[in-house]
Amino acid sequence: MQTLTYWQALNRALDAEMAADDSVFILGEDVGLYGGTYRVTEGLYAKYGERRVLDTPISENSFTGLGVGAAMAGMRPVVEIMTVNFALLALDAIIDMAAKIPFMSGGQFAMPLTIRMPGGTAHQLGAQHSQRLEHTLMNVAGLRIVTPATPQDAYWQLRQAIRSDDCVIVLEHELLNFDQGPVDETIEAPPPHRAMVRREGSDLTVISYSRMANQALAAAGQLAAEGIEAEVIDLRGLRPIDWDTCAASVEKTGLLLIAEEDSRFAGAGAEIAATLAERCFASLRAAPMRVAALDLPNPYNKRLEQDIIPQPADIAAAARALINENS
Amino acid sequence: MDRELHIRFLRDMLRARRMEERFAQEYTRGNIGGFLHLYPGEEAVAVGVLHAAEPGDYIVSTYREHVHALVRGMSMRAIAAELFGKRDGCSRGMGGSMHLFDAAHRFLGGYAIVGETYPVAIGAAYAVMMRGLPEAVICFFGDGAVNQGNFHESLNMAALWKLPVLFVCENNHYQIGTEIHRHSAVTEVYKRACAYNIPAERVTGMDAEQVHTHTLDALKRVRAGLGPALLEFETYRYRGHSMSDPGSYRPQPELKAWEADDPIAAELRDLPMHYPDADTLKAAGIDTTEDIGHRAIENGHLDTHGLEKLEAEIRAEIEDAIAFALASPEPTLDEAKGYLTAGLIHETLI
Repeated sequence: MQTLTYWQALNRALDAEMAADDSVFILGEDVGLYGGTYRVTEGLYAKYGERRVLDTPISENSFTGLGVGAAMAGMRPVVEIMTVNFALLALDAIIDMAAKIPFMSGGQFAMPLTIRMPGGTAHQLGAQHSQRLEHTLMNVAGLRIVTPATPQDAYWQLRQAIRSDDCVIVLEHELLNFDQGPVDETIEAPPPHRAMVRREGSDLTVISYSRMANQALAAAGQLAAEGIEAEVIDLRGLRPIDWDTCAASVEKTGLLLIAEEDSRFAGAGAEIAATLAERCFASLRAAPMRVAALDLPNPYNKRLEQDIIPQPADIAAAARALINENS
Repeated sequence: MDRELHIRFLRDMLRARRMEERFAQEYTRGNIGGFLHLYPGEEAVAVGVLHAAEPGDYIVSTYREHVHALVRGMSMRAIAAELFGKRDGCSRGMGGSMHLFDAAHRFLGGYAIVGETYPVAIGAAYAVMMRGLPEAVICFFGDGAVNQGNFHESLNMAALWKLPVLFVCENNHYQIGTEIHRHSAVTEVYKRACAYNIPAERVTGMDAEQVHTHTLDALKRVRAGLGPALLEFETYRYRGHSMSDPGSYRPQPELKAWEADDPIAAELRDLPMHYPDADTLKAAGIDTTEDIGHRAIENGHLDTHGLEKLEAEIRAEIEDAIAFALASPEPTLDEAKGYLTAGLIHETLI
């Protein structure tokens, strides 16, 4: 099987869908001639031309809204918002238009719109370029959110997003772009929001998503050396969430740890903890525990930046504490 | 312009005026909820513009859109039922007064966040351009909406890519209660378009024929692939911004002056002579209490019986629409859930 980087997998997915369907087109800042600021659209401008790989002005709200209007008129636009941070300027188009038009129209208009946005904490980009927006977006009825953590999922989930008749937000992670992994373009993809058990274990359940799922897997490796078997679940998406897979694991292990890169307060972890506490209360031997970013904007300082988000050692330490206090 | 077209304009303007007046009544009766933004005074714009549109064109509108929907050809029944929040409404009771949608008429919705119509319009226009079709997109907005960033973002892209959009400003001179000279450094909206090399002009919005002529000309250019155009129609709303606004910030003489320039009265005045002559009218001796009727008869431009018949037809249409809306069932919560995501029907999500 071929090995691809995360950005190459995204590029393959775009290429495959553009080749399959003339109504698919890409738009965003520097997606065309420049090849994409994270190289994701590399080569597509030459292959499909400037109309289908459209360089836009710096006008996030209007070009995302353009995607909305085009989707209503039967196209399958793929909007690239250069980074999650700039999506704040497009929240009107995303939340008030894309998410609500199918509903407000009584189901008359589908919204086959894909909005890609890489985000997360990268390398000292400062507070304005290191945000996570999942807490804002996952609260919006009418949106779907996928959070691929591996090149294979990046390939599968972007293709599924483009084929979906709903608006799908693809939350990528800037630090995953050069991660390598196997990508099989021939096997059938699992459903887009099916959570994946990335590692089986019986001592506790660790639920995570995006890059933090990989960090949780690394933590599980450290724990295994100490005789602790963690089950690591990669949610692969935040709306909807595959509660059945999560609940089955929590009912098996009786302990739940959630690892997230976003801030703890009112974050994804809060929703996961609350829902699984409601659903699996009888099986839980302790209150769910969260490992999350501190409630601070990202500091520029390199060491502090690492300190505010969970590292594998932090996840492992939390797992140890949870097990030691409840065994 | 031929007499038949005049009559069609008159009919649609009267339907619009009477429909909105009835909706105001239904609002006070509690049959219509939420915000209700009515159109009286501005009818010539909707009628002149939308009678110039082709069935293949897309229409994007604001929260003051009942009349746009009606003149576009959507049934008064579906509009009334939507305002009543019922299942047979054009948005199945999910949208309400500010969110009328109809895919069959390419009516891409009423939008209640000021300035949202521009990006939807350029998006539909981009789809049209990619398919190479001779279709156009008509994008309505008010004078208050030109101060949103989307105005500039979208006009820039429309001009940059020569998108087939006709931007139609309904300048009624007030953003809710703030008059244009207090909200806009440049009070002539059309002048803003030159920043993007978009041809634009200002036209009276109180005369349907002029609105129609200028719209046809602009659409010709738009359909030819020459890029967008902008028309600013100067008009006036007789009522407040919404039913909860008495509009008392506007001086009475101003309101009276605009009412004297009423578009429906103008239509009656300009209607070509047909029959009968003044003597026949006098002999008929039929009077209506309607001012409009008086004007028509005084000017001898419309047969008394013709106008009565027209008004009676419209009254019947309105009664039928209101009865339909009242009788239409309430939508269910299950229906509401089903409208959220089109994909749920076709895809296995989890």
